[in-house]
Amino acid sequence: MAQDELHGYWVIVLSFTLAYVLAMLPLPGWLLEARPEWLALVLIYWTIALPHRVGILTALVLGIGMDVLEGAVLGQNALALVVVALLSLLLYQRLRVFSLSQQVIVVFVLVGIHQLFCQWVQNLEGAGATSFAFLLPALTSALLWPVALHVLRGVRRRYRVN
Amino acid sequence: MLAIVIALALVLVDLRYNSLNYSRALIDTVMTPVYWLADIPGNLGEWTDTHITSRSDLQEENARLRRENLIMQGRSQQMASLQADNARLRALLNSTALLRDDVLVAELIGVSPDPVRHQLVLDKGATDGVFEGQPLIDADGLMGQVVEVSALTSRVLLITDATHSIPVQVNRNGVRAIAEGTGSLVNLEVHHVAATTDIRAGDLLVSSGLGGRFPVGYPVAVVTSVDRNPGQAFARITARPSAALDRSRHVLLVFTGDAVDQED
Repeated sequence: MAQDELHGYWVIVLSFTLAYVLAMLPLPGWLLEARPEWLALVLIYWTIALPHRVGILTALVLGIGMDVLEGAVLGQNALALVVVALLSLLLYQRLRVFSLSQQVIVVFVLVGIHQLFCQWVQNLEGAGATSFAFLLPALTSALLWPVALHVLRGVRRRYRVN
Repeated sequence: MLAIVIALALVLVDLRYNSLNYSRALIDTVMTPVYWLADIPGNLGEWTDTHITSRSDLQEENARLRRENLIMQGRSQQMASLQADNARLRALLNSTALLRDDVLVAELIGVSPDPVRHQLVLDKGATDGVFEGQPLIDADGLMGQVVEVSALTSRVLLITDATHSIPVQVNRNGVRAIAEGTGSLVNLEVHHVAATTDIRAGDLLVSSGLGGRFPVGYPVAVVTSVDRNPGQAFARITARPSAALDRSRHVLLVFTGDAVDQED
């Protein structure tokens, strides 16, 4: 049984590692502001697809890792990702039956909330944004959702992770 | 719910105390492969730049480097006598002799993905003797200081980060000031300089060594504009950092004689 539970675990870990790398990839300056929140996207997908395996605890661990990578206050991304995971766990049954365009809107809102939480913590630190540009990643993430969904669903079916 | 409480607690503890630095360094060490992976495209670019170059380009570069080398050698001919001169004069003034600083070449393997934070990740860490607070320079000037050290990497705060300030002096006349980062890569602001102070556009600001963190005499920025408004007590001064903050890939970590002593 233990074998069964761990089945395909590496696929999930690999997808999160890839999200980390994409999140750290150096980008030209004009793209920097609009970098999609890869980690949030992948997390949303897995919580919708496998709510019994990927949840709040995963979000917490992932977030702390991201904080260290980003050099942010420890807990900033953790808090934001936990909130995102919580919301998508509440919504997953509805999200599954939504059409793609409806999903895109929900992802926009979820990543927007993620950005908002990050901003709050950054403001506590005294390094908050001065314009609404911090919401740009929500837009790019939402636009990339169909791609992420397609790829991750393909991978999940290919390796029968469930 | 518990997870939210944990995350909030982490935020508060990290903001108020420094007790998490050790665990942060530990996680950073574990996460090091992510930096390496994310750096692969950059490395590939560099590899193609060095390996796939036309012969004429190489010849041109070679000629340019020869010219530069000749000029540098010419300039350094008098260096020895000037140094001896300087030491003698400083001895006359009863001040300590300036030490020559040792440096360690490091390579950039990451930049902060967050545009608000001006931080770099270097491929040298505690195992190479890097320590917190160590200054970082490139070929043109001072870049920043090390704020976090893990076993194999270290994180550098640039002088342009909104939370960073550095004590400077005007190279021309020794007027002291503090240059603060603004969050823009091309601008520093010099605050609280009286409107009557002798400082003008084009002045070179060098590190003053006050505060004991940065070594004295490294170029920091060039004053770009001085705005003296009679209604204000202080002049509004902006400066452009001398170092190529967004272009340097190879940088130098400075070991000053003093700082090494502190470490021991």
